[in-house]
Amino acid sequence: MNRLEQILAYCEKTAFDLHFTDAKKWKAASADRVLVGYLPIYFPREVVHAAHGLAVGIMGSGDRKQIIKGDAYYQSYICHLPRGVIEMGLDDNLQDFDGFVFPAICDCVRNLSGMFRITGNGKFSRYFDYPQNFQKHIGGDFYREEILKILDDVKQVNGVKPDKAALNKSIGLYNANRRLIERIYDIRQEYPWRLSAVETYHIIRAGLAITVEEHNSLLEEVVSIIENNERGEPMDNIRVVVTGSFCEQPPIGLIKSVEMAGCYIVDDDFMLGARWIQGDVDDTTDSPIDALVTAYLNQSTFSSAVYDVGNPKGKRLVELARQRKADGIIFSAASFCDPALLDRPEMQKECDAAGIPHINFQFHENTGQFKVIKEQAGTFSDSIKLWA
Amino acid sequence: MSKAQQEAIKERSMVLQKDMLAKQFTELSQAKELGKKVVYTFVPGNLTELILSFDLLPVYPEINALQSGMRKKSAAYIRDAEKIGYSEDVCTYVKCDIGMMLNGNIGPTGEKLPEPDLLLLSYTGCYTFMKWFENLERLYPGVPVAMLHTPYQEDGIITQDQVDYMVKQLREEVIPKMEMVSGKKFDMDRLSAMMENSVKSEDLLVKVLESAKSVPTPIDAYFAGVYYIGPIFTAFRGTSEAVEYYQELWNEVQQRAAAGLGPVTPEGELKEEKFRLVMEGPPNWTNFREFWKIFYDMGAVIVASTYTKVGGTYDTGFRHDPTQPLESLAKYCMNCYTNLNLPQRIDLIENYVKEYKADGFLINSIKSCNSFSAGQLMIMREIEKRTGVPVGFIESDLVDPRYFSYANIKNRLESYFQMLEQRKIILAQQ
Ligand code: SF4
Ligand code: SF4
Repeated sequence: MNRLEQILAYCEKTAFDLHFTDAKKWKAASADRVLVGYLPIYFPREVVHAAHGLAVGIMGSGDRKQIIKGDAYYQSYICHLPRGVIEMGLDDNLQDFDGFVFPAICDCVRNLSGMFRITGNGKFSRYFDYPQNFQKHIGGDFYREEILKILDDVKQVNGVKPDKAALNKSIGLYNANRRLIERIYDIRQEYPWRLSAVETYHIIRAGLAITVEEHNSLLEEVVSIIENNERGEPMDNIRVVVTGSFCEQPPIGLIKSVEMAGCYIVDDDFMLGARWIQGDVDDTTDSPIDALVTAYLNQSTFSSAVYDVGNPKGKRLVELARQRKADGIIFSAASFCDPALLDRPEMQKECDAAGIPHINFQFHENTGQFKVIKEQAGTFSDSIKLWA
Repeated sequence: MSKAQQEAIKERSMVLQKDMLAKQFTELSQAKELGKKVVYTFVPGNLTELILSFDLLPVYPEINALQSGMRKKSAAYIRDAEKIGYSEDVCTYVKCDIGMMLNGNIGPTGEKLPEPDLLLLSYTGCYTFMKWFENLERLYPGVPVAMLHTPYQEDGIITQDQVDYMVKQLREEVIPKMEMVSGKKFDMDRLSAMMENSVKSEDLLVKVLESAKSVPTPIDAYFAGVYYIGPIFTAFRGTSEAVEYYQELWNEVQQRAAAGLGPVTPEGELKEEKFRLVMEGPPNWTNFREFWKIFYDMGAVIVASTYTKVGGTYDTGFRHDPTQPLESLAKYCMNCYTNLNLPQRIDLIENYVKEYKADGFLINSIKSCNSFSAGQLMIMREIEKRTGVPVGFIESDLVDPRYFSYANIKNRLESYFQMLEQRKIILAQQ
């Protein structure tokens, strides 16, 4: 097995380790370390890192865990993600986690935060609200308080209050992390065959469950390998952007089916949280928390969870597709996901206006049948090639 | 008091409400000719006094949707929205509203509703509201949007920084846009004076709702409750008409209570109160009367409901404060039922079961509404554990008739009432 294959095998295992073995091992090495689980989409992991913690992304149980108890907590018309998460909470998957953060993205995640308070998982359970006002002295002030609450929660557990230097250092590490991930996307834009979408997915998702230092070093290796070496064969595929899967994750079989149907996925929002801030956060200031606040207000990517009047996400999606030289867009949302599905019609209108072809489908994280999706993506790819 | 007299008294509050609504919709239909500006906004976290203080006319898309449901128009509207790409899975209020718009925006009185001059996205306790108005913003291009973000009560308390955040938004985002649209300067004294009326209406509403603590109850706090909350949850809070309405309603309720009469229903007065229930979740509007009748037929009455708190939890003590108008608007928004965290919701329901001497707790889980529905099964378990009363669970939708199965609901309710009956017998034997 060559080095890239070793890394890929490790990342695949880690990305889907629903017991978060590596993260727990990391925590066990020192008494003041804390583990904080967070749900999609974005969470400023830097603050937990600076306080001797590891923020671990909990992206649902996917198709890797049988849901027994979770179904007793959720009606059939609620998306799948929260039932997998509560199942993990009721089983032993999330044991040893000190706390949980539920970013404000929808009412399911919001109410799940209350359910965790009741089940008593972890030492704290925090709904992490984002401002929908983007002025520094209004939304910014509010957001700073939200971040401070997290720091307080962590301090209650381990007594650590990070200083300026620690925060700046953590910000620097996550800047490097985002830069490396973007570098992978940029290389894949030129040479999508060198690293498949599924491999890319594994590599990025693994980063939600290990330290940023370790992830950065893996990413550096991957970048250097795929930057300098040919791998795979170019195929006569179309190039697509996949959007709408920012929270509940599509099963790997779905991503694979899209690729096998003749589509290079040149951008996506699967692991949007890891790529949320566009560009670097200032890591040289006297007030690092303010730097994170400013970055959130001014450098956030577009998302269904963010109020977008004045900067419509449909236009930003079209821009992204153009920048990635995509031939088409695939709208792929979890069933019953109000945020993604309510954005879809207007985003599709923007695509139509820009002349970008699109298709859409819905999935559950544990969908097992991909035949229809594969056929749909195949027809999409063929029709684009035919008219190209 | 003669029966005829009682009927006349009963009817006066209804007549008052009907007149208020008719006047409101006539005003709306003439808004453009009269040069009045129109604000679209939501019920939970509404800023009615502020809107009225600028002489703006509010329109509540949720109310239009529920009216469309009651008038059997929602199915076609929802279908039309689905035809243009809205998923079957999403909130049907949104689809019903968009469908109504696609069909000419004809309001409940058959007259066209005016287009908005301002979209006031002051929303509480539901994320979908934001998505709804993002869609409306595209559908009414060029109409300004004022956003008021209400923080969630994540810790079960309202903190000063949350209040400050909201007041800053009111001062710097909402009020300037209202000034711009209305062409009027903000008048704090006028707002404050309206809040004096709000407090009077709120006091009276609480008395009406709490009258259901009596056994038997003179009111139904869910099916009839949705009418009682109408004026205060929408365009009239802060007006003298609302105070008059609530005074009238309270008089009627007191008289009913004094006479030992049960709640008024469309089928007539409920003669024998067999089961007292606490209800969680919104009602179904497409088959509202049939739904109510199932309860009536079983002698079941709802003594407290959470849905009648979506536009404010006044019974836990909140009142608008004329001495701090903006701060109290902020606190009002944060205190609406679906903005309470799950443990707070459970505590509230537990208190209802105990204080209103309920025999059971029932959830009407709405397919559309994640805000209410996500977590309800946990609420149900907790209430059962804490109070010991039998819990029941039915499913329907607000305005999509495809999700109201009369036979299913009736069957489930019948088994539930049997369970309540058995429990009563066992308790009586002990
Ligand atoms: S999939 Fe959508 S609805 Fe479900 S938790 Fe995620 S954002 Fe919320
Ligand atoms: S999700 Fe519920 S609260 Fe939100 S708009 Fe729909 S029906 Fe109303």
